[in-house]
Amino acid sequence: MAASDDTRVRPAPREPAGANEGSGLVGRRGRALIAPRVTGQVRYTDDLALPRMLFGRLVRCPHPHARIVGIDATRALARPGVVAVITGKDLPERFGIIPWTPDEYPLALDRARFVGDAVAAVCATDERAAHEAADLVDVEYEILPAATDLDGAIARPEVGLGRAGTDNVSKEVALAFGDVDGLLAASDVVVEGEIHYEGSAHAPIETHCALAQLDKNGLLTVWSTTQVPHYLHRELSRVLRLPPTRIRVVQPPIGGAFGGKSEPFSLEFCAAKLAMVTGRPVKFLYTREEEFYAHRGRHPMRIRMKVGAMADGTLTAVDAETAIDGGAYSSFGLVTSYYSGQLLTLPAFAQAYRFKSTRYFTNKPPCGPKRGHGSVQPRFAFETALDKLAVALGLDPIDLRRRNLVPPDSTTLNGLRVTSNGIAQCLDAVESASGWAERRGKLGVGRGLGVASSAYISGTNYAIYPNDMPQSAVQLKVDRSGVVTVFSGQSEIGQGCDAMLAVIVADELGLDLGSVRVVSGDTDLAPVDLGAYSSRGTFMNGNAALSAAREVRHKLVAAVAEKLGVTPREVLVTRGALCVAADPARGVPVTEAIALAEAKFGTLGAVGFYNTPKLGADYRGGTIGASPAYSFTAHVAEVAVDLETGKVDVVRVWAAHDCGKALCPTAVEGQIAGSVYMGAAEALFEEHVIGKDGLHLGPNLLDYRIPTTLDVPDIVPLIVESDDPEGPRGAKEAGEGPLHPSIPAIANAIFDAVGVRIDRLPFSPSRVLAALRAAARARPAAE
Amino acid sequence: MLPLPVFDYHRPRTLAEAVALLATLGDRARVLAGGTDLLPNMKHGLVEPDHLVSIGRIEELRGLALAPATASAPERLVVGAGVRLGELADSLLARRVAPALAEAAASVGGPHHRAMGTLGGNVCLDTRCRYYNQTHFWRKALGYCLKKDGTACHVVKGGQNCVAAASNDTAPALVALGADLEILGAAGARTVAARDFYTADGLRNTVLAPGEIVVRVALPVAVRRRSAFEKLRRRGAIDFPLLSVAAVVDRDEAGAIARVDVVVSALGARPRRLRAAQDVAPGSDPAVVIASVAAAARRECKPLTNLDEDAEWRRDMVPVVVKRALVRALAQG
Repeated sequence: MAASDDTRVRPAPREPAGANEGSGLVGRRGRALIAPRVTGQVRYTDDLALPRMLFGRLVRCPHPHARIVGIDATRALARPGVVAVITGKDLPERFGIIPWTPDEYPLALDRARFVGDAVAAVCATDERAAHEAADLVDVEYEILPAATDLDGAIARPEVGLGRAGTDNVSKEVALAFGDVDGLLAASDVVVEGEIHYEGSAHAPIETHCALAQLDKNGLLTVWSTTQVPHYLHRELSRVLRLPPTRIRVVQPPIGGAFGGKSEPFSLEFCAAKLAMVTGRPVKFLYTREEEFYAHRGRHPMRIRMKVGAMADGTLTAVDAETAIDGGAYSSFGLVTSYYSGQLLTLPAFAQAYRFKSTRYFTNKPPCGPKRGHGSVQPRFAFETALDKLAVALGLDPIDLRRRNLVPPDSTTLNGLRVTSNGIAQCLDAVESASGWAERRGKLGVGRGLGVASSAYISGTNYAIYPNDMPQSAVQLKVDRSGVVTVFSGQSEIGQGCDAMLAVIVADELGLDLGSVRVVSGDTDLAPVDLGAYSSRGTFMNGNAALSAAREVRHKLVAAVAEKLGVTPREVLVTRGALCVAADPARGVPVTEAIALAEAKFGTLGAVGFYNTPKLGADYRGGTIGASPAYSFTAHVAEVAVDLETGKVDVVRVWAAHDCGKALCPTAVEGQIAGSVYMGAAEALFEEHVIGKDGLHLGPNLLDYRIPTTLDVPDIVPLIVESDDPEGPRGAKEAGEGPLHPSIPAIANAIFDAVGVRIDRLPFSPSRVLAALRAAARARPAAE
Repeated sequence: MLPLPVFDYHRPRTLAEAVALLATLGDRARVLAGGTDLLPNMKHGLVEPDHLVSIGRIEELRGLALAPATASAPERLVVGAGVRLGELADSLLARRVAPALAEAAASVGGPHHRAMGTLGGNVCLDTRCRYYNQTHFWRKALGYCLKKDGTACHVVKGGQNCVAAASNDTAPALVALGADLEILGAAGARTVAARDFYTADGLRNTVLAPGEIVVRVALPVAVRRRSAFEKLRRRGAIDFPLLSVAAVVDRDEAGAIARVDVVVSALGARPRRLRAAQDVAPGSDPAVVIASVAAAARRECKPLTNLDEDAEWRRDMVPVVVKRALVRALAQG
């Protein structure tokens, strides 16, 4: 795809190699700026308390689908300590993160659509009173027929959860590229399979929390555990019918989000409304159970996929049909439906592709984006299909992938522009580190190795609401003391984006990390950034920061050049000082450089912003999946399977990730480790199950099992740097991509270990044992 | 977070004081030891005491030591009910003379639970069920259950007896090791064998009378006794048992098998002593014992859907876990 001549395009200028200026922080190991977090000094949203604060609690529907006949709050209001009760009628405005599919009310207006749907909110002088009062709100329901799984949603359109009320369809996407049928017919081998993914939750340690206060000037401040302060700001304004000038959103440090906090939730609207009604600050904190009802976790999917190949391993065509269980509301479902197909065409792919994805509504907690949005499930289907092809063709599965790699600086089958691409190095790295060639097939019974590869976006090229303004921005304030403050709209959710900004800015200006402050996640203090989702932070916000920092650096350099009587080109920025490149003894400390520049140019500061080049192919949906850069990942997993119990132990995972350039390698390795952990968790343990009766099987962390430290594989992170031409200092994303190969690499390793394919997640001992027994029964018959 | 309901808190300094207090308060009071089970259950509205009597400060409940043999009793390991599970798990003495008990203690919860939870608390742990150990909202949405606030059993359709599972890891170990529980109430002290302590009633699976406290546990020590504990669970820690098995093997002076006892728990409300193990004839071949007891265990034990894992798989795991416990108990020199 040709580069655009769009004037909004502002990738940070590539400075000539050899300029080599900076304090040398980029690429250096360190635990930048996280000491307050790891020592418990940071204050999370629930740590905030305001005078006269009230505690809110939502009243939730105990039925999977019901019409609200009436709500009587008399008993609740009579309880001592209860101050106010609101219902859907007090907030009769639909919201939704995607502007085309707003279908949620802060409190259900007429119909509650899942067990746990919010129907009223109470607030009281203490938390216990609020909880007890919620039980005293009498809601009369008329029970409606419900669809509590995919089969029900497909078979019973009369449940009427869709927009027109005549079916349960949320979104249908069908795209085709090339002659799929012809190529499959001409293939030497075609493998066909169906995978089932039951869904998983984010399970952040910090549950959702929001605190709202209306001050006497009429300013509404909402502190929230959101990862999208800007979108929350807009939606609060719309739903509360308040001008945005009267609303401020503050996002305190977050204790885990993973995509589960990337849209507005009932509690923010209700805290705000109750603060407006009562004139007192109101706080809501979801319980662990409510966290499972707020959900927005990874979608259950059933994927049928055919993949063809020629005898030499050349992939011919892919044909996929996907049923997606969206739960009760749209959320990001439109994007999910596209992502379930669009993101599969990298890194190794075929010559033709067709996919049809249908998202259905069900009477279950709504699904949404979870780390690796929409693409982790199809990746499992595809990478296990590649493994089957390798077996059928007698090829090494790594070599099979190598034969089909989409090269750097190319365009994919579905029109995605690819620039830097380090997948070949990723495959080399895991092959060599895992001892693949020497060890595979020689580990003994019950032990095996498996490989998988993937690609992911570094942000997308469209905002969630159409607009021509920058997608990311920072403001830089330079203090004559030598302190530089970065005001950023990005959301620090534990992923390290504050540290990323500090490293980039400090490096440009010759500062150490201790001189740079980052103020982020506050709509009053920072310019708009769209939020922490789609792995966009480093690429977009990093570019914005780089461009602002360079503007300041040019002023420092100019002022120092004037002082030393040299040209700006002769000045070198080093850690702590700017000096003459050819004569380093001549220089000034960076603080003095700032003073010189302030004297010369006036008060120092800069704005920096970023917008993607115009990307995407020219068909409906052709921009979804288009990203300014793609990260690439390869995993090799080693598993040990207990043949008696079926228990799978993921012994070790080698994970190579092409992040373009590791601005802070420690943080990149942390993201790789976290991704591998989360992927292994979904492969082995996590299963978000709603029963036939619509009841969550166990909305708590005893029944919904996340791995303990004893269950985590040894993780070997391997950083690959492909130096992206448009990324800040060459960087791309590292937060979500490294998760994708986890599940298929483990599945393929199980096959290598014990010769069975488990097509339903998670690979629980009962499923593995059942597969082992079925294989044992089939074996004598086959011989 | 879920708030704790309101209650009065008492902290007696002596056992006599505690027992008197419990007698006065009657069934409005509950004993609080480590609190790792009681407090979450209170948050879920499963128990609603007006009073909590904390026994954490009572010195008489502490102590872990060998008591020498007397005319009427052999040498015993005596463990106070207030001993923390972590202390018991780490005790070199317990690990030497009653490994099944130390291993059971070590397998409870995670390090934090073991730092707070006590042996007595684990012995008296409420039975558990996937339909019971949930929040009030969830149970209300379900329509409640036989064990609390309801009339229907969701495990055994139409069932009139609660089949919530004994989920205390130390229970099968104490039963298998032939422990005695020393109990004190306002009416006086009594001793009950661990094997008689548990009943098959999931509503309340012990013979403890209202106001009584388990004071200490005493188990006979024998030179040629070996034991092992195995727990089936999905994760390496924190999980309650999907099955728990304690195996005890006594050898004679020549090293031959003299007696075998195997107890399986996390089935119904009562830990199950395997008949097949008690029937093992002295001098039996170890390999035969392992195979026959494991096979018989599958016939004797029927895991229910009261826990959140596939019951068929759990049933298939009974012989596997029994075998593993026996193999370890027989392997020790």
